[in-house]
Amino acid sequence: MNKVIIFAENFEGVFKKATFEAVSYGSRIVEQMGGGEVIAISLGEVADEELKSLGAYGATRVISLHNEAFNSLDAKIYAKTIADNVKKENAGLIIFTDSNASKAVAPRVAVRLHAGMVFGAYGLPSNLSPFTIPKKVFYGKAFTEVVIQSEVKVISLSQNSFGVVENKKDIVVENIDHTVDTDQIKTKILSVEKSTGKILLTDAEIVVSGGRGMKGPDKWKPLEDLAETLGAGLACTRPVSDEGWRPHTEHVGQTGKIIAPNLYFAFGISGAIQHLAGVSSSKVIVAVNTDKDAPIFSAADYGVVGDAATVLIGLNDALKKFKSEN
Amino acid sequence: MKILICISSVPDTTTKIKPTGDGKAIDLANVQWIINPWDELALTRVLELKEQPNSKIEKITVLTVGGRNAEPTIRKALAIGADDAIRVDTEPGDNYFTAFQIAQALKNYDSDIIICGIESSDYNGSSTGSMIAEMMDLPSVSSVSKLEIESDTVKMNREISGGFEVIEMPTPMVAIVQKGIAIEPRIPSMRGIMMARSKPLQVVESADVKPLTVFCSYTLPSPKAACKMVDAENMEELVNLLHNEAKII
Ligand SMILES: Cc1cc2nc3c(=O)[nH]c(=O)nc-3n(C[C@H](O)[C@H](O)[C@H](O)COP(=O)(O)OP(=O)(O)OC[C@H]3O[C@@H](n4cnc5c(N)ncnc54)[C@H](O)[C@@H]3O)c2cc1C
Ligand SMILES: Nc1ncnc2c1ncn2[C@@H]1O[C@H](COP(=O)(O)O)[C@@H](O)[C@H]1O
Repeated sequence: MNKVIIFAENFEGVFKKATFEAVSYGSRIVEQMGGGEVIAISLGEVADEELKSLGAYGATRVISLHNEAFNSLDAKIYAKTIADNVKKENAGLIIFTDSNASKAVAPRVAVRLHAGMVFGAYGLPSNLSPFTIPKKVFYGKAFTEVVIQSEVKVISLSQNSFGVVENKKDIVVENIDHTVDTDQIKTKILSVEKSTGKILLTDAEIVVSGGRGMKGPDKWKPLEDLAETLGAGLACTRPVSDEGWRPHTEHVGQTGKIIAPNLYFAFGISGAIQHLAGVSSSKVIVAVNTDKDAPIFSAADYGVVGDAATVLIGLNDALKKFKSEN
Repeated sequence: MKILICISSVPDTTTKIKPTGDGKAIDLANVQWIINPWDELALTRVLELKEQPNSKIEKITVLTVGGRNAEPTIRKALAIGADDAIRVDTEPGDNYFTAFQIAQALKNYDSDIIICGIESSDYNGSSTGSMIAEMMDLPSVSSVSKLEIESDTVKMNREISGGFEVIEMPTPMVAIVQKGIAIEPRIPSMRGIMMARSKPLQVVESADVKPLTVFCSYTLPSPKAACKMVDAENMEELVNLLHNEAKII
């Protein structure tokens, strides 16, 4: 039987949208294959209720492995645990999201299984035999088709490239106390720093971003208001974070974070190629710039020529009105 | 302590990317090659550490898997300040192939810390570092945004959802670094460039291994439809378009 395994990463016991997307994606591939089983593997403490939520997207089994060691990520232990279970299930395809943890773990799993791997699969396979996966290269400046030649295959799914698709199935939860060779754990976590309350940039559906055209750190309030109204994450260009106008965690682009929200607002951003490398996967881009020839307009779907501060006042008002009417 | 930094040579970030006529490769004629930005920042950070008083770092080696055409990139890393270099003499293949070459070359080379970038800016593989670690049976930490060396451990910040963890790991280990590791890459000095010419560059034979994936065709993304312009005075229209046309709010 065709078996596809999804690594269902949890964040303090909760799954993110990307995990639901990976399960949706896996169950569509199983359909393409003409049927089979979609199995999720979860490491650490996740409540049965949460595990069962994966059934809404097509998983029929979830193997939930418990051990205190899984509360923090040790790449080697995670990879061994996942690979051992893939072998036990004799599965042919393992799907990860494109999270930080996936970068740490998926390549190790691939090596253990002697599996070819594609990081950042962009949508469904274009062919099942040979197994061919589309992927972006050069930060989205080109697409490629990658053939995975090995018997077992590992892919990580590029966020938002497939979408969350409901496909309700009855799901069985298997809770297992897993044994870990703790001598092998070399990752020692001394402390954890978390900024709470803020929407994480890479998770945000909408991102509001500012560049040098915002004119200064004291001009960010209207952007923050817009983000607040929309429930959006905040981002900025590199010079803005380099000059200390905004924290480095907000810097997007080739040397910052790479994001793919549904909607990206660029205020006073010229649209340099290194900036676009981080945001061009956004579904819809809105650009506001005083210069009608700014390169950002060729990447944008909607454009406004005008002063960012003034446009922000109008936009904030229009959105508040819209919210009150809808 | 010996530090080994894996560097890949990539087209300059402003390169216009276009497939070759048959669509089977990217046309790389007239491309300006640079050190992958993360690798350059990794080298910068390790040099900062080496220059600290009582530094434990004896040697910084850079390693690349590449043909002779990768040598200018290696020389640049030597000019920035690496002590010596290794080139595994073969064109890089997929990540598995490249990682295998590196793991093989390092078998008899006791590095305390092996550093890779989180992603190369050409094929965006995001996997070489973790693959090397698995092949060499070493522990690894990915998404490293800060790195310090203590007596025989490495102290790092690891980016996680909504913050970071401070992690300690004994050597030997693999660190996979990203944004934050250093701010501005170092530029080679005149003296550095002169000295680089006489620094050792060892060429080693490649290992016999087959890639597991093949990149078979390339296309450009379809051009975006023209940007729809909205009057700056009429933000209600923009909201209307985002709601009714783009169906996004
Ligand atoms: C190796 C390398 C890596 C890089 N990585 C990144 C990266 O990851 N991310 C990144 O962002 N950059 C990166 N850069 C920098 C990049 O090349 C650009 O310099 C940068 O993106 C420009 O930032 P900006 O748009 O804020 O500023 P500018 O280019 O100065 O643009 C400001 C814009 O604001 C407009 N403007 C001015 N006044 C107003 C106003 N009142 N209202 C509205 N608009 C106004 C101007 O017309 C202009 O278009 C990198 C560069 C290099 C060399
Ligand atoms: N050909 C290569 N030679 C040496 N190191 C490489 C090579 N390709 C990739 N790397 C290393 O692996 C990192 C990530 O690359 P990748 O996995 O290809 O995205 C780079 O930042 C380098 O540190």
